[in-house]
Amino acid sequence: MVSLSDPALAQACQRVLETGVGMDEADVLAVLEQPDEQIPAVLEVAHQVRLRWCGPAVEVEGIVSVKTGGCPEDCHFCSQSGLFASPVRAVWLDIPALVEAARQTAATGATEFCIVAAVRGPDPKLMAQLRAGVAAIRAEVDINIAASLGILDRSQVDELVQLGIHRYNHNLETARSFFPNVVTTHGWQERWETLRMVRESGMEVCCGGILGLGETVQQRAEFAAQLAALAPHEVPLNFLSPRPGTPLEQRPLLDPRDALRAVAAFRLALPRTILRYAGGRELTLGDLGTRDGLLGGVNAVIVGNYLTTLGRPAEQDLALLQQLKMPVKALSSAL
Amino acid sequence: MYCDRCGRDLAGDLAGETDHAACRAARALEPPRFCPQCARRMKVHVLPAEWRAECVEHGVLRGGRNGS
Repeated sequence: MVSLSDPALAQACQRVLETGVGMDEADVLAVLEQPDEQIPAVLEVAHQVRLRWCGPAVEVEGIVSVKTGGCPEDCHFCSQSGLFASPVRAVWLDIPALVEAARQTAATGATEFCIVAAVRGPDPKLMAQLRAGVAAIRAEVDINIAASLGILDRSQVDELVQLGIHRYNHNLETARSFFPNVVTTHGWQERWETLRMVRESGMEVCCGGILGLGETVQQRAEFAAQLAALAPHEVPLNFLSPRPGTPLEQRPLLDPRDALRAVAAFRLALPRTILRYAGGRELTLGDLGTRDGLLGGVNAVIVGNYLTTLGRPAEQDLALLQQLKMPVKALSSAL
Repeated sequence: MYCDRCGRDLAGDLAGETDHAACRAARALEPPRFCPQCARRMKVHVLPAEWRAECVEHGVLRGGRNGS
């Protein structure tokens, strides 16, 4: 039974638990507006939903940037935009280093390795680097390869399928109503179109965003509902880490209580989706936040470092999973 | 010497005139971006278990997670 003090919300949670159908936007908003003393209760029900509809296993992933910085887009949270006075320099990762990154990821027991590029969309040089990188990784490392290369056209989608990219990440980042406050060089709809083509291609869709960009709680609920409409295989949840030189440099960190409310709310909106802790969790939630999230709806983590910032050591996350008796999803069951 | 996070001269810091405590704290979760010897912006690669930062003049710095 769900132990929330709001009977209508408790009933809505019970429905999600029993049916595996996600909450609507109004109920998600109610979760996001729960008082502090109700946070443990919403995390508990989100955890029950995750166990019921996803099981106890946790999917572990590593990521690396194959092309860093110098991006022509103006995503206001991103240190890799070439339009801001960020200290991040443009640089390409060579193939041996890419293979080493995959090897480091596989050594953690991870099943997923995502190759990321800071671009509007892939050009022929990037596609060539990806082809060579995927072949080199396949020759030496046993791991699923995902990619995140920005906005795609149909022929690029087809090529990624041919390369065996099993999951494609393209974040909507925030609610459609707030997106123009965060990005002006392309639109939310362009991102949606790429996601639509990825889905049609048979690749798994990975789509999430960043919380704490200045969106309202209502827009956070709107975003959860928009992701639910997309029904992605995976939703990575990032929390803003304000980067030097970016327009959001001075934004305060998301309140950790709001971050935990959001973890529970997104799980209740997306009961069957892989919900992944991604960047910013260390800064926003500290070490205890990883535990709280894993006991509050999260069933996947990025381990080790991120694209331009450092994460906590993978060993800490893996030890926590062992302590919580949550098995790491095995490669055989991920394929 | 220069702050490897913001690139500013650390002389003021050593004299107690400026404070890079925030930079030092942030470096726990960030690789260096500026060469501590000349303040040039470095080319930085972040891999899952390590980072590598290269200054065209002063060579390569390497580290693991948490700025070590």
